[in-house]
Amino acid sequence: MADARHRSFAALLALALALCLASPAFAADAPAPPAASAPEAVVKFQAPTATLTAADPALEARMLAITGELRCLVCQNQTIADSHADLAADLRQEVREMLKRGRTPDEIRRYMTDRYGDFILYRPPLKATTAVLWLGPALLLAIAFAALAVVIRRRARLADDHFEADPVWEGETPDLPATSATPPARPGTPA
Amino acid sequence: MKGALRFLIPLAIFFTLVGFLYKGLNLDPREVPSPLIDKPAPEFALTQLDAPTQTIRRADMLGKVWMLNVWASWCETCREEHPYLVEFAKTKAVPIYGLNYKDQREPAQAWLAERGNPYVASLVDSNGRVGIDFGVYAVPETFLIDKQGIIRFKQIGELTPEVLANTVMPLVRKLNG
Repeated sequence: MADARHRSFAALLALALALCLASPAFAADAPAPPAASAPEAVVKFQAPTATLTAADPALEARMLAITGELRCLVCQNQTIADSHADLAADLRQEVREMLKRGRTPDEIRRYMTDRYGDFILYRPPLKATTAVLWLGPALLLAIAFAALAVVIRRRARLADDHFEADPVWEGETPDLPATSATPPARPGTPA
Repeated sequence: MKGALRFLIPLAIFFTLVGFLYKGLNLDPREVPSPLIDKPAPEFALTQLDAPTQTIRRADMLGKVWMLNVWASWCETCREEHPYLVEFAKTKAVPIYGLNYKDQREPAQAWLAERGNPYVASLVDSNGRVGIDFGVYAVPETFLIDKQGIIRFKQIGELTPEVLANTVMPLVRKLNG
């Protein structure tokens, strides 16, 4: 009986584990928060911009705020602010010029998506094609919690003899039901 | 029945995961769907590689189906693609125009002299601005533009004889038809 209970718990554990694994698989393309970039990215980040920061720090900061959320299509795991790719440098310059002409960040993002699609945005808009991306991980987490709740409730309703007895420690009196088997010897249990 | 479910549910989840991975690992992350398909080609006015005083504009190209191939003498993959284009140009199925992207005149001309010139003309995009308007990010890229100046096809990376025969040719026939 206890054996069957173990098997069922193992199966549910496998389910929960599978869900946990499934979640990052869905989230693989999810937007990474720009703040999470590794320290070496910060080092790279300064190189192409250091000289220009001196020219107009305010403009540079606005440009970096925008390009820091845009994906470089040449090296896809870097932002346009980070990347050394030629195209990224061109696009940074393009953003600087658009800002000088008084374009808003929204207009600049539209300029980018008109050319490269939503893929260029590290925070893609929530629409039908990106719904799974945004809601998938939360949905899987909800399923995992529901499964966990079911397991806990089922186990709470079980009689004591469905569970393995607690080991009896030296000097303690076992308070077990009479039907229960003798506690198994465990490694580490004092003889 | 209940016993069977214990095994079938994890198994179903496993196969779902395998399905996602199978699909996901076979996708090429470089092939980003272009938002420019079925949109008007961007405006441009560029001089020709072999005729620096003559300009070609978007409006000049209206009324015919044409191919725009983005290339550069510094581009490694263009070297592999070029013979296919030279062969394809011989069929005269569609006029091929080049967009000489962020290149210099002399190496570009030498490159064509050495390898053959499949282009009716190459447009000089030395600062890459027109390339940006066409959403170019991985040279070579190729566009097929219809009589109304609408982009109907985009190939990211090199054209192969298979793509030319199976995708480009039927589309050219359809757009001309």
